[in-house]
Amino acid sequence: MIRLTDVVKEYPNGTHALNGLSMEIQDGEFVFMVGPSGSGKSTVIKLLIGEIEPSQGRVMVNGFSLRNIKEWQIPHMRRTVGVIFQDFRLIEHKSVYDNMVFAMRAVGAGPKEIKKRIPYCLHLVGLESKSRRHPSELSGGEQQRVAIARALLNNPSTIIADEPTGNLDPARSLEIMRLLERINALGTTVLVVTHEKDLVNRFDKRVIMLEQGRVVSDGKGYYGRKI
Amino acid sequence: MGRHNVFYFAREGAFNMFSHGFMSFAAIGITVACLLIMGTFSLVAVNANAMLEEMEAQNQMLAFVDKSLSEVEARALEKKLMEVNNVAKVTFISNEEAAAAFRSRYEDDELFQGLPDENFRHRFAVDLKDIGYMSKTKAALEAIPGIGEGNVSAYEDEAAGFITIRNVAGIVCVVLIAVLFVVSVFIIANTIKLTTFDRRDEIAIMKMVGATNGFIRWPFVYEGFLLGLFSAVTGFFLQWALYEAVARSVATNDTINLITIVPFSDMWTNVAVIFAVAGMLIGVGGSLSAIRKFLQV
Repeated sequence: MIRLTDVVKEYPNGTHALNGLSMEIQDGEFVFMVGPSGSGKSTVIKLLIGEIEPSQGRVMVNGFSLRNIKEWQIPHMRRTVGVIFQDFRLIEHKSVYDNMVFAMRAVGAGPKEIKKRIPYCLHLVGLESKSRRHPSELSGGEQQRVAIARALLNNPSTIIADEPTGNLDPARSLEIMRLLERINALGTTVLVVTHEKDLVNRFDKRVIMLEQGRVVSDGKGYYGRKI
Repeated sequence: MGRHNVFYFAREGAFNMFSHGFMSFAAIGITVACLLIMGTFSLVAVNANAMLEEMEAQNQMLAFVDKSLSEVEARALEKKLMEVNNVAKVTFISNEEAAAAFRSRYEDDELFQGLPDENFRHRFAVDLKDIGYMSKTKAALEAIPGIGEGNVSAYEDEAAGFITIRNVAGIVCVVLIAVLFVVSVFIIANTIKLTTFDRRDEIAIMKMVGATNGFIRWPFVYEGFLLGLFSAVTGFFLQWALYEAVARSVATNDTINLITIVPFSDMWTNVAVIFAVAGMLIGVGGSLSAIRKFLQV
């Protein structure tokens, strides 16, 4: 579960990115977070993955309180969250399979676990036949699917996708969203940050809208219930 | 840390070192240069110290025995002299031996050849453990009945000179080695920082998926360790070759044996251990310092 309570984030340069933001996402939910540039979406993601700390308020992610989290606890918290970025963040000189091995190795997984888990995740995203290809040999949509497979490797309870379709054409974008919907159906909480109105409106999901560091609407559809 | 992780770190470390061949070559080259400079200073210091010790050993004191004592009574004082603190060795010289030595030193001068043995006193040549305590030892010897005040000759000014030289040389050497060590760590840290900069995306991905700082750091530690080890081995053989070349050159030019060179074979184990430890400390220290910045995500 994700819960932000009265969160304020002020950066050292004086910018107020979040101004008393509160929101809650239950386990197993599929949520879109939308809002114009500068509304605080990226700050929320950085808070949720422990990259920054809130100036005020409480942030809870999968049982970890990020307000006073110890440094050694952050990696353990991150293993409960899979993150997907617009630019895929794959290692170019490694094959798809080796990208996955790299991510599993990084959390200390052993060879047996790696051999078992990677084919399963690649199968989930439909890329088992392309495991020996390098990222540059794949289309944008395929690269994003590899990134999704990588995010699933540690069996996270939450997937956070930051503009996952920003670099893709509409057809591929829909494909990625359908894939995330399928992952959500398997029980994983999914939070998608986007500003693609048409795409959001194709799914009947909860939408949280931010503006100036606050939640201004929360409900089904792009224009949800006004707070 | 699991067994598979140890192999993984070692493999990644070695792979990283070879995959950034030019940077690794630069890091090894710089470390070897620093080790050679540090090693050369240390070996010069070792040789200077050996020469000083040799010169110190020649800096004996002479304790003259009261004229009223017979040779047997004079010899009996040897035990008392040996009991004095800081006395390493005592050699009895009878008045006859002293006279003979004096005459042979001035054998061309007839004036001295007729000097009777009775003009010379029995004496002891006293070797000290540490010439730093020469004054105290002199006073203790003069306090022995049968020797008496003013009957011990010592080159206190020369001894003080030796001590000053040894202390200054020691401090200069330690300071130089410390400075060079810090410089080496700084240079290798910057060299490895460049290779780390190349891999900042990989580090960011590792952090993102939940890798601990320790896990991210280990391959870099192995890499630094290997770079340091390669540098130490290369530096050791170059230092050996350089030392032997200088020793040969000194032996050829120093025909009167003024300079004593300590053979490398007497020191090679110490040099090897110091190079290995210094090389690995520089490598690992440099790596840790380089990666610190990239772990703050």
